[in-house]
Amino acid sequence: MKLRFAAVLVPLGLPPPAEAKDSCWECHAVLEGPLQRPAALYKADVHARHGFGCAACHGGDPSSDDPHLSMSPRRGFRGKISRAAIAKLCAHCHSDASLMHKYNPRQRVDQYAQYLTSVHGQRIAQGDTAAATCIDCHSVHDIRNVKDARAPVHPLRLPDTCARCHADPGYMAKYGIPTDQFDKYRRSVHWQALAERGDLSAPSCASCHGNHGATPPGVSSVAAVCGTCHVLLEELFNKSPHQPVFASMGMAGCIVCHGNHEVLKPSPAMLAGPKSVCAQCHDPDSSGAIAGAEMARLINDLRASLDRARAMLERAASSGMEVSEAQIRQQEAEEAWIKARVAVHAFRIEAVREPVETGLKLAAETYRAGVAALEERNRRRIGLAVSLVTIAVTMAGLWMAIRAIERSQGSS
Amino acid sequence: MLSAATRRRAANWLDERLGVSAVREFLRHKTVPLHSATIWYYFGGITLFLFVIQVLTGILLLLYYRPTPAEAFESVQFIMTRVEFGWLVRSIHSWAANLMILTAFIHMFSVVFLHAYRRPRELTWLSGIVLLALALAFGFSGYLLPWNEVAYFATKVGADMVASLPGIGPPLARFLRGGEEVGGATLTRFFGFHVAVLPAITTLVLLFHLALVQKHGISVPPKLEAESRRRGLPIPQMPFFPNFFLRELMAWYAALGVLGSLAAIFPWELGVKADPFAPAPAGIRPEWYFLALFYTLKLLPSHVWIIEGELLGLIGFALLAVFWALLPFWATNRQGEIRTRLVTGAGVALLAYLSTFSALGYWR
Repeated sequence: MKLRFAAVLVPLGLPPPAEAKDSCWECHAVLEGPLQRPAALYKADVHARHGFGCAACHGGDPSSDDPHLSMSPRRGFRGKISRAAIAKLCAHCHSDASLMHKYNPRQRVDQYAQYLTSVHGQRIAQGDTAAATCIDCHSVHDIRNVKDARAPVHPLRLPDTCARCHADPGYMAKYGIPTDQFDKYRRSVHWQALAERGDLSAPSCASCHGNHGATPPGVSSVAAVCGTCHVLLEELFNKSPHQPVFASMGMAGCIVCHGNHEVLKPSPAMLAGPKSVCAQCHDPDSSGAIAGAEMARLINDLRASLDRARAMLERAASSGMEVSEAQIRQQEAEEAWIKARVAVHAFRIEAVREPVETGLKLAAETYRAGVAALEERNRRRIGLAVSLVTIAVTMAGLWMAIRAIERSQGSS
Repeated sequence: MLSAATRRRAANWLDERLGVSAVREFLRHKTVPLHSATIWYYFGGITLFLFVIQVLTGILLLLYYRPTPAEAFESVQFIMTRVEFGWLVRSIHSWAANLMILTAFIHMFSVVFLHAYRRPRELTWLSGIVLLALALAFGFSGYLLPWNEVAYFATKVGADMVASLPGIGPPLARFLRGGEEVGGATLTRFFGFHVAVLPAITTLVLLFHLALVQKHGISVPPKLEAESRRRGLPIPQMPFFPNFFLRELMAWYAALGVLGSLAAIFPWELGVKADPFAPAPAGIRPEWYFLALFYTLKLLPSHVWIIEGELLGLIGFALLAVFWALLPFWATNRQGEIRTRLVTGAGVALLAYLSTFSALGYWR
């Protein structure tokens, strides 16, 4: 009675009782090759841990040992799911808020709805089964939680997962889209943050393109996508004279200067000189190019002052001088430098000059503190030398006094 | 200018009230044995000199130091950066504390190797051991006062060690910390111990120790005593005043020179302010004089049979300390003779252990 009850529940997507018989697993586990593989993998699958058996997706009657019965279409057996049907099958449970709430209350249930709006979902709907569906990203039979570092959708592994298709020229040939995004991304500051520093909040493919609703951001939405993290920069850019000009020319905001996948570490060299990105649009003698050069000069001057002050403080600190207060001020000066770099996105010299002047003032102050500390160190050493000479002279005097006393004691 | 008669009258007036002539007479007759090991006699005096420096610099620091978690670090920072010669006073205080413990150890081992602990100087030895323990307590309590990161976590480790002792451990640790965790109450307590309780006890024990040294005089190594008896010649003596006193004064000047050089060339670091919510920094270790204990406990396995390794280590150290404090009593056989070889062997073994394990604790 219990087994029959389970057989009715399973095709509905409800988990069987934990102790329920699972003839699918029992048979496939002892088979060989590709028929054994799903059973071997499924032990680590997140669904298995929640009590879902094979029949939850493939249908059939796992309570029967007779393969004709357990894999009978009359008992709901679906066999291998066609690629076009996979997303809908997953959505059977993953779009059911009340069911998902039992297992993971924080889990969203709009993935399928989003997927249908994505390029992947639309292509599948058009009959292109080469387009990505759930299992292409999440894997199949060994699906793991996104927080599991072994999951292909874990932040550290996601770029590789997307690249499996998008970096394959053969696979992408019929879509006519570039395949160098992954290589470019791996040269970006975002990749450095993610892969080298292990910062899981650093952006990867899905951060800009979305995950289930994967869509390339259009020209108008690029600044908005970048602005989800770079809030202040977006604000400054939107108020800047560049925003309406770029918009009217149909140019995407941030990527005009920074690129998209290959976002390199920004530097003042982007404002002036041979690597200037301003020069892409502005003639060398134009007011825009002059303003860019001036902003670069201001930022470079501040950087040089900061480096000089920091070196001086480090020298003082390594001499044992107490300069912690000046080091805190130096930190404030470094923050002014960051603010100046951010202010570049207002594309006004005055906006950059203000934090630069604050930073220069602080850097001059900390440099003076370092110089004063070293002067103090030198005074201490002179004081020490004088003290040591005084002590030596006193000791010599004492020794002579002792000798004189002992001579007189000896003679008496 | 006072006339000779007036000066004499004034001297007599003072003598009548202070007994100056008795002191002068005492000093005239007090002598110090003169032999190849006389140099070791100076270390007791150097330790005393460094203690006096500690008291004087400590009083100066008290003028600015504030014993609260919110102000302790900043007040020491203020002393080091804003107060005229504050850096020197703080550096001298810290270096003198370490040098004092070093010279106290040298003094103790010289007493062991010269066998100066023997009858009738058992109480002099015991009071000296108490003074050494008090010096270590000064070091432990003073270490926390700047309220920096290293001191905070080292104190936490030290208090946890105390808490691991069976029976008395938890209440004793609670008493030391003023609660379950090292915090503001601990800082206030340690400050109180450091500037009031310990100095008061130390002054009393020190006076007792010095009184005993005066009463029994300075010991001569038994080997030299036997040699002197065999030859029928008395051991050469040097007058305490001015001969020994002036030499001691030279030793104090030398100590002052070393102290000043260390303070000026290697000013004592302040570090980073303690943050009780931050994780303990890597490589945390106590002051050098606790390194041997620290490294020994580190080497012990978590359990030895059914006893916790750390507890076993602490019990071992406590037994060793008691055994060492009772040295004058086990160093003499039933015939009243000193077991010189046994004591020297034990002294060498202890010295080797302390120096090796301290070095290992420092470098590893």
